[in-house]
Amino acid sequence: MNQPVNQTEIKRAILEQQTADARKKMILNGVLLAILLVAPFVMYPVFLMKILCFALFAVAFNLLFGFTGLLSFGHAAFLAAGGYTTGYLLSNFPGLTTEMGIVAGTLVATLLGLAFAVLSIRRQGIYFAMVTLALSQLVFFFFVQSEFTGGEDGMHGIPRGQLFGVVNLESNLNMYYFVLAVFIACYILVQRIVSSPYGQVLRSIKQNEARAVSLGYNVNRYKMLAFVISAALAGLAGSMKSVVFQLASLNDAHWHMSGEVILMTLVGGMGTLLGPVVGATFVVNIEYQLSQGPLRDWVDFILGGIFILTVLAFRSGIVGEIQKFMKKNLG
Amino acid sequence: MSMILGVPVAVLSGQLLIGIINGAFYALLSLGLAVIFGLLKIINFAHGAMYMLGAMATVIMFDMLGLNYWVALFVAPVLVGVFGMLIEYFLLRRISGQDHIYSLLLTFGAALMIQGVLTNIYGVSGLRYAMPDAFKGGMNLGFMFLPYYRAWVIAIALVVCFGTWFMIEKTKLGAYLRAGTEDAQLMQGFGINVPLLVSLTYGFGVMLAAFAGVLAAPIYSVTPVMGSHILIVVFAVVVIGGMGSIAGAIVTGILMGIIEGLTKTFYPPASSAVIFLVMVVVLMFRPTGLFGKEA
Amino acid sequence: MTMMKKLLTSAVASALMVGGAQAEITDNTVKIGYLADMSGTYRDLAGPNGLKALEMAIADFGGKVKGAKIEVVSADDRNSPDVASSTVRRWLENDKVDMVSGLVASSVTIAATKILEENDKLGLVSGSAASSITNEHCTPNHIHYVYDTYALSIGTPTAIVQEGGKSWYILTADYAFGHAMEADVTRVVEANGGEIVGSIRHPFPTPDFSSFILQAQASGADVIALANAGADTTNAITTASEFGVTQAGQTIAGLVVFLSDVHALGTQAAQGLQLTTGWYWDMNDETREWSDRFLKETGARPTMVHAGIYSSAMQYFKAVEATNSDDAQTVRKYMMENPINDMFAKNGRIREDGRMVHDMYLAQVKTPEESKDEWDLYKIVRTIPADEAFRPLSESKCKLVAGK
Repeated sequence: MNQPVNQTEIKRAILEQQTADARKKMILNGVLLAILLVAPFVMYPVFLMKILCFALFAVAFNLLFGFTGLLSFGHAAFLAAGGYTTGYLLSNFPGLTTEMGIVAGTLVATLLGLAFAVLSIRRQGIYFAMVTLALSQLVFFFFVQSEFTGGEDGMHGIPRGQLFGVVNLESNLNMYYFVLAVFIACYILVQRIVSSPYGQVLRSIKQNEARAVSLGYNVNRYKMLAFVISAALAGLAGSMKSVVFQLASLNDAHWHMSGEVILMTLVGGMGTLLGPVVGATFVVNIEYQLSQGPLRDWVDFILGGIFILTVLAFRSGIVGEIQKFMKKNLG
Repeated sequence: MSMILGVPVAVLSGQLLIGIINGAFYALLSLGLAVIFGLLKIINFAHGAMYMLGAMATVIMFDMLGLNYWVALFVAPVLVGVFGMLIEYFLLRRISGQDHIYSLLLTFGAALMIQGVLTNIYGVSGLRYAMPDAFKGGMNLGFMFLPYYRAWVIAIALVVCFGTWFMIEKTKLGAYLRAGTEDAQLMQGFGINVPLLVSLTYGFGVMLAAFAGVLAAPIYSVTPVMGSHILIVVFAVVVIGGMGSIAGAIVTGILMGIIEGLTKTFYPPASSAVIFLVMVVVLMFRPTGLFGKEA
Repeated sequence: MTMMKKLLTSAVASALMVGGAQAEITDNTVKIGYLADMSGTYRDLAGPNGLKALEMAIADFGGKVKGAKIEVVSADDRNSPDVASSTVRRWLENDKVDMVSGLVASSVTIAATKILEENDKLGLVSGSAASSITNEHCTPNHIHYVYDTYALSIGTPTAIVQEGGKSWYILTADYAFGHAMEADVTRVVEANGGEIVGSIRHPFPTPDFSSFILQAQASGADVIALANAGADTTNAITTASEFGVTQAGQTIAGLVVFLSDVHALGTQAAQGLQLTTGWYWDMNDETREWSDRFLKETGARPTMVHAGIYSSAMQYFKAVEATNSDDAQTVRKYMMENPINDMFAKNGRIREDGRMVHDMYLAQVKTPEESKDEWDLYKIVRTIPADEAFRPLSESKCKLVAGK
């Protein structure tokens, strides 16, 4: 009888729920931000920056793997391309300010990502993973052959320089807040992408590509854009990392690095926004703690165990499992 | 001396022969991967570790029990095969039906663990293993000196490859295997123990890797990390051949050995990258590899 | 509510993960950080046994310098300059580490020495090969103690050319250190009247060397030189022996060969191989006495790197004791002024570029008949005097060398 009333009530209830959710999200983000802002006074800034760089790398990777369903086994190429480009420019052209070097590094990674995407995007599943692996091996070969990378010695003594020519990044604290700002900007960007209509399409491609095609979407173009954005952000992470550590090395280009970012994303929870961040924090920490402690000869063994445990028992990752737990127990 | 592109013909023939020998090696390794993927849809990133275990087992059995090469040729693959079946039973079985990617991650983790343990026990410099007496020396082919052992490697590898292909594609057992992995329920209904079949297939695949490991023990440095270097090359071979294609893996293995051998002659620095270049090119034109069925 | 919980859990989790590692500071402590590859390619070179060598040094010194306790922290560098740089930074800035020992992969060492320079602490490099460490990458904060690529590529070629091995074929790892060694070998061979008839740059790592060995054989060169290291070198030597290279009259010259490599190869495959080493365990009573103790501790004979880690630590403790200071420059100055005379080196000197110069040795691997046990591997053929072994300062690009 009271259909209209009911509907408005439902609408209002939904709206209330939404605002409540939004408020919770805001509180969550606010608290996280507060933690990140005070963190360098409690913890070691360079280490925090390392975590942020890898978190950004994992967030970038997750956009492709977690939200689009494409497993790239070649993301190390973008991390390294960004790092080497930025490092080379900042070391050799003292006139450049730091952000110019970082933008250039990101740009190179973006173009490389475009090239990868053109060559790989039509391949499916394991073939996609393998083509990206093959391409990244070719990039690795290029870096080994090039004089400017310093080969296995690596590129050292990259100047941190001045941000916009005014902020001195030699100070760890300045550097930290710069890295944090970039990280947050990228995180928000990815959040927007994922919740946008474009993100919906990506997810529908992940769930059922054939259906997305039959709905009239140019699936390859969507996937390609996701790939390029992911490569760009990975490159940005590499650029920042080279500035933070003042070095770039072949380790970043090695296929083990591509494996490591998979581990981070998987452990944290793929397809969740916060997952890769938690995963990167976890993996970077555990590697660091293990390599210092009495188990330092067993790092590979333990990492292997984490891989297995995650796949067997926590397939949705730390964040995914917590979400599931919350849903089940707390409504 | 006649020359081709600045390389003496004699040298070139030698390189081709070496390429074929290495190719036979690749064929043997990629064959196991193809069996495991083709029949079980498992992406076995532990294949390199199994190859390494085969070689390590050969050396360790000799050092501790005095078992010679010929015994190792049979015993080491069986031991590793049983170990593989345990991995299948305790780990891989739990994720059957999930995305293939999980099997890749799981086996990658297993490989890291195996490698980690052996590194801590045996170090990384390598274990020594003497060439069996029967194979000492070699013959002069005119264009090159061919060690007897390399001749043996190519012969036995081709025999095993052909035998495996024949068994899977041409025999009743093979037909059961293919049917059992394709439609498990139906075969279960016929009274065939499919889970056992799956374990046996995985065990057989890693046996092939371990067999290659035994063949490698006298000629390569036997270390816990020897498998990780060769793993992605072998994967590339399988992908180029078409994941899961038995014949594809064998043919491509030999083909890649030759291409790599030629690269080692004309532009050596690229010899580790050339396979990946071939892979990118092949997949551009044939999305499921040279011998893969269209998906 | 769920969000709040989620937040708290993850915040607590990350806090738990990030914390730790804040050691208390005691000024009355000499703290040493041992950084090396504990689980990867270079593990057997320094690795866990290198830490044992360092601990032996501390025990031999009595565990204390002038009443100050000697402490050790250690870490696996995972052959990654990132890990090395963050580890060393934290050691120096938070954990009050005074000296860093070990240091193997060149990328790791260069990264670590930059941090050491920033913090003005001392690094004693025992494991690295690259001669650039005391050349373009020199700092006033480290000492390169045991050997380098320059020294390795001088001794063996000089000796072999003088014995009549005139034409050379070089197998080079296609990496910076391989290129550097190829250049050094070429210079030495040509200066002594020899000739390079060919070279191949092979990828790193290369599992199968038969193609390259075949090409080297076909070149007809007197000598096949291996400008590579680790598994590449052992694989190349195994393959050379399989293909009958030495029987056919060609000589193999290993440039970067360690005792652990020869031990892995065995005398059967490696016999006759000529190589340069900075130290050998069976040289005299002093070296034997120390090596016997090392063998008891670890189950293996020490490489020159292990001996270098022990010796450099002892020299460091002596310097700290004598100067009553753990200030990097004070200690380094003392170490430079006082020649090193111990089981590792006789009359070793530390130059201003940080290079420790000492006699190097040309060794030949024994035949199975000559070798008494699994570690009885080398004959010392000749001594290469310190002045000839290392890059002269006149050729140095190091910023610390006068007039540069």
